[in-house]
Amino acid sequence: MMKTILFVIMLLSTPLVARADLNIFACEPEWAALADELGGDKVKTSSATNALQDPHYLQARPSLISKVRSADLVVCSGAQLEIGWLPKLLQKGNNRYVLPGSNGFMEASSYVKRLDVAVSIDRSQGDVHPQGNPHVQTNPHNIRLVAVAMAERMALLDAENAETYQQRLQDFTQRWNTAMTTWEERGAALRGKRLIAHHKSWIYLEDWLGLEELATLEPLSGIPPTASHLSSLLNRFPDTSAADFIIRAPFQSEKPSVWLSERTGIPAVLLPLTLGGTEEASDLFKFFDDIIDRLLNASG
Amino acid sequence: MRTLLFVIFWACLLCTVAPALAQTESELDALRAELAQMRADYESRIAQLEERLDAAERKVAERQQTQAASQTTAQPDPWLPDTAPTQTASNRTGLSNPDLGVIFMGRAWAYDNDPDEYFIPGFPLGGEAGPAPEGMSIGETEINISANVDDKFTAWLTTPIHVEDGEVAIEVEEAWIETLSLPAGFSLRMGRFFSNIGYLNTKHAHSWDFADQPLPYQVFLGNQYIDDGLQFRWLAPTDMYFELGGEITRGGRYPAGNHGSSGIGSYTLHALFGGDVGYSHSWQAGISYLHADADERTTGHGHEDSGHEDADHGEESFMFTGQSDLVMTEFVWKWAPNGNWKQQNFVFQAEYMWRNEDGEYYTEHDGDLPYNTDQQGWYMQAVYQPFPRWRFGVRYDQLSMDYPGDDFIDTPLMPTGNDPRRYSIMSDWSNSEFSRLRLQYTLDQAGLEDDNQVGLQYIFSIGAHGAHSF
Repeated sequence: MMKTILFVIMLLSTPLVARADLNIFACEPEWAALADELGGDKVKTSSATNALQDPHYLQARPSLISKVRSADLVVCSGAQLEIGWLPKLLQKGNNRYVLPGSNGFMEASSYVKRLDVAVSIDRSQGDVHPQGNPHVQTNPHNIRLVAVAMAERMALLDAENAETYQQRLQDFTQRWNTAMTTWEERGAALRGKRLIAHHKSWIYLEDWLGLEELATLEPLSGIPPTASHLSSLLNRFPDTSAADFIIRAPFQSEKPSVWLSERTGIPAVLLPLTLGGTEEASDLFKFFDDIIDRLLNASG
Repeated sequence: MRTLLFVIFWACLLCTVAPALAQTESELDALRAELAQMRADYESRIAQLEERLDAAERKVAERQQTQAASQTTAQPDPWLPDTAPTQTASNRTGLSNPDLGVIFMGRAWAYDNDPDEYFIPGFPLGGEAGPAPEGMSIGETEINISANVDDKFTAWLTTPIHVEDGEVAIEVEEAWIETLSLPAGFSLRMGRFFSNIGYLNTKHAHSWDFADQPLPYQVFLGNQYIDDGLQFRWLAPTDMYFELGGEITRGGRYPAGNHGSSGIGSYTLHALFGGDVGYSHSWQAGISYLHADADERTTGHGHEDSGHEDADHGEESFMFTGQSDLVMTEFVWKWAPNGNWKQQNFVFQAEYMWRNEDGEYYTEHDGDLPYNTDQQGWYMQAVYQPFPRWRFGVRYDQLSMDYPGDDFIDTPLMPTGNDPRRYSIMSDWSNSEFSRLRLQYTLDQAGLEDDNQVGLQYIFSIGAHGAHSF
């Protein structure tokens, strides 16, 4: 009996399918896409969340535990964005190579300048992240910096293809820098525009393009918009002279921003927070194309 | 004469001046030539100089450019972080090491019948099972402390503080060490832990969807099976989730109960499967088995916090000695549109349990009575969050058992003709992830008389709050 069990376990332990060189588990689509850019056919990527899901609230699903189990590299935004589910995946995944502290674990936000790092933590301020705002992907400079770190990590884990990763990084950086120049030229028209955001998801975008965030639809970070808070916003921002956009991500309810927009005339804008958030944002480049397009369209 | 002299003078003058004139003429030519030469020289030299100047200017410009370029590379990248990146996770709370969290739970219950007299005919309650005290009371105040010990071990401690017979009691509910670095998908846990059997058994009370456990958990496991021992888990490297696990434990608690035994009092096995269907659906199914040896296990109808488990409402207590085998099957199905959990979600879960107890009951009155009876229990519940903050749930739980034998007529071990059952509805409201208020109504048809039960409950969490499992 014991022998049969051991045999079955051994049989199941051997990989059933031929693996790509590097198996990358990304928490968010942007890091999966970046890994694809840098790894090409040398990597197999998957993303735990999609653009229509709030990455802060996810179930530690059995399928994700299995993916962590066979991952060579786990790439997440970090700064506590995934605190509600990633620790569970790592604990249940029984994969020592991707635990925090190992080469197989990477937090993208630790390679960029984090904004809104809290000085004091008190949850009366809402669900604040002491390590700063985790939504770093909305500034393309951050993507550039994470790309360097990610390529390094991939080379470290898969030395055989290190040259490929380096080459692809150079190629990507070149194309990215060119694209950034275009975005910054087009985005110059947006400098100084004032916005109301559903949640503090956009501060890196604001920092990059010089936008000004006046308020959030959430009364406190992580707490859904309330009627009383919305009516106080209506008093503060009665018409289009008070603000230029009301911004929300695809996974956030459209009701609050539409409600405020209808009463104030301030355009409600849906922006992709990551790849796939809109039909147009189908890759990393088009993601930023689309953000700029949508903001320019809304500002008339 | 004077004219001659004048002529001569003029002639001489001419003679002298003429060569002089001639000389001047040639000198002028030479000068002109020199001048032309010089001009040509200068022109070429100026051209040279101009060329050199141009070159120099170009060089300076180039140098400035390269300087400028090198200056930009030398200048720190404005988007770079101020501190060097680390590989450690900030997906810890980062508030302290170890992570420290406190969960506050309180409740207020109203019953038609006296909860102190609560008992289910045929199914003696074990462990902490039973209704909460009537009126207002704080349940457990749970302190969670956890941290990685080093790169190979992680540790977890849960110590509920509660009041028992007017005295504050600190308990060790969970205290375990788990390996981080075993190869091939294995992990090992040692210490005191919630057994990995069933779906609800590992869930802390603060994450239950209802204020109490379903009847089969109360009756078969004393609410939750916790024991001291060793646990292993192995996760298959397959796309579909497949986990095998097992435990060997001391067997010190209900449904085991051989206080003081030095051997292995109980062991468990479990297998779990799970997967997704599209983005919106995910599921988990499992089967588990618990074998427990009971040696003079006392049961009664005592309830948590009351502390008189053996009271048996005035009658003698019953002690079971024998073997208890429990098979549990679980199924959980979760749905959220596009998997966006925060806005809207729905959870259906059901568990079916089958138990056989084979041994004898000791009663003061009749001595040892042989007992070999099958019991079944199951529940089914659905919880729906139609919009953020609010959830609504329904639950049905039921027990049934075989006839235990004529010996047990007129004892608490004899079931009534009707299967014990309950109908519950609940609604809860969460301001944030860290707070929850709940209202629950239960129609209890498990006891001798139907009971209407209404409860209010609060659950608050401060400090570190660990991630919840599926």
